[in-house]
Amino acid sequence: MDVIVCVRKVPDTAEADVMVEKSGKDIEKSRLTFTINEWDNYAVEEAIQMKEKYGGTVTVVTVGQKDVEDVLRRSLAMGADKAIRVDMEDPDDAYTLANILCAVIKNQKYDLVLFGAQSGDFNRGVTGAMVARMLGIPHATMVNGIEVLDGSIKASRELEGGLNEIYEIKLPALLTIQTGINEPRYVSISGIRKARQKPLEVLTPSDVGVGSIEPMIVLDKMYMPPPGKLAEFIAGSPEEAAAKLASILKGKGVL
Amino acid sequence: MAVFVFIEHREGKLMDISFESLSAAQKLNDTVVAVVAGENVSDLAEKVAKYADKVIVAEDPKIDTNNEAYTRVLNELIKKEKPKVVIMGHSSMGMDIAPALSVDLGLPIATDVVKINPEGGKIKVTRSIYNGKVLADYNLKNADTYIITIRAGEFSADDLKEKNGKIEIVDSLLKDEVADKKFVGYVQPVVGAVDITQADILVSVGRGIKDKENIPLAEELAKTMGGVLSCSRPIVDYGWLPKERQVGTSGKTVKPKLYLALGISGAFQHVAGMKGANMIVAVNKDPKAPIFSVAQYGIVDDILKVIPALTQKVKEIKG
Repeated sequence: MDVIVCVRKVPDTAEADVMVEKSGKDIEKSRLTFTINEWDNYAVEEAIQMKEKYGGTVTVVTVGQKDVEDVLRRSLAMGADKAIRVDMEDPDDAYTLANILCAVIKNQKYDLVLFGAQSGDFNRGVTGAMVARMLGIPHATMVNGIEVLDGSIKASRELEGGLNEIYEIKLPALLTIQTGINEPRYVSISGIRKARQKPLEVLTPSDVGVGSIEPMIVLDKMYMPPPGKLAEFIAGSPEEAAAKLASILKGKGVL
Repeated sequence: MAVFVFIEHREGKLMDISFESLSAAQKLNDTVVAVVAGENVSDLAEKVAKYADKVIVAEDPKIDTNNEAYTRVLNELIKKEKPKVVIMGHSSMGMDIAPALSVDLGLPIATDVVKINPEGGKIKVTRSIYNGKVLADYNLKNADTYIITIRAGEFSADDLKEKNGKIEIVDSLLKDEVADKKFVGYVQPVVGAVDITQADILVSVGRGIKDKENIPLAEELAKTMGGVLSCSRPIVDYGWLPKERQVGTSGKTVKPKLYLALGISGAFQHVAGMKGANMIVAVNKDPKAPIFSVAQYGIVDDILKVIPALTQKVKEIKG
């Protein structure tokens, strides 16, 4: 089973103070930390578990400038065999990105292509299925379980309300992976150091053979959401705040 | 010009997102054409007709709940009717179908949209990005048809206007059965020992709980308050609590008297599952966490300090 996993480096904005740059075209990134997109981490783990079970190879692919290589090294340390980076700025437009990734993947040997179901920065949830279409292979998004059969796979897709649906899909296929599908392994610093010997290929856009692509969607401006109705904040030390909250709850008849 | 709305239904029931999609379509002040595809869907079509100018019914047993089949049916209908916009949910189903349609027909797509702003023949959309901390406006490339998927909960079905449109039945549009992707069946959620939807008080933990070892702290608080422990998605993903405890789009929808959100940032998927609570209290160390805009009371602090203090105070009050 040869598996290709497309990964992406994203800023960790869950608990960070996020501000829009003056240009309105980006956020201020200097104080943010960056990691592999959470969904992609599960996809890499899933690919490596397949390799451990069925043999084959795992190739990780990303698009971006040199600073995104650490997510590739991390994936190599987890157990991927080879990494490919297309050396260009990450395109804002998912359609452009999908075209580039498709051009890379179609020159590789693969049975399965994995993506994260979405990314934590733009939550578009669109690139994987687009690439499947461009490659002309079947796909399933939001996959939370995979069973490998002979020449096909059974994929469980997450629906709303805890319901799942099962598809049987012929290989080669493309799946986008939902979080929680597995337990991604821990990556140590020494593991990353050791993985430096593994091949990391850098391709230029012209190596890939993608000309200029008209984006489907173009950013006009970013801005902070208008301040909405906010909670009534309870101030004080943890003990003081807890005491005030407890008496509010008692007053409201909840306790 | 028409706006297509793809109607999502499952196991004989219309999904909420279908009504929200109709609501988004009505706001564009064009002819609203709902597309209902599948097997035995005439009852559903009648319900949808109430809010659409026209309903196209593509009845075909070959569709067999297969997203690929829905994609092909929509493809044929879009080519035939050339709608200005196609709207569907940014749901699990929409995520499978919409990007494929976009590539197949060469049409621009915007996903997970929270606002649609038509400007003449063009379309501008607003998306909520970076964990809900930033809004972004995008222009779509000029095209005859635009594909848009909408975020659940952003287009209220409460403002739907009655239209009582006519129903048009079309012949099967699916030439062949889908060979490479077969729908096998549904797997129902596991029924566990605890039903969080029945609890009056939910003490709910998120990423801020930091470690599996800290879960008993929250469990003790829940017990002291006479409530039940629930959680947000990451806690289930990490395997710290079972799926039956999960609140949100992919978990349970709850309406307790009190929802105490501890270390939960308030992603829209989570909020969709708990915004109906009578009272929401949030504790989070990030004062800008979106959870504070749905909560009535908030404490900005580390939950690992607040939880034991609150357990103590509740014990004192309860005597």
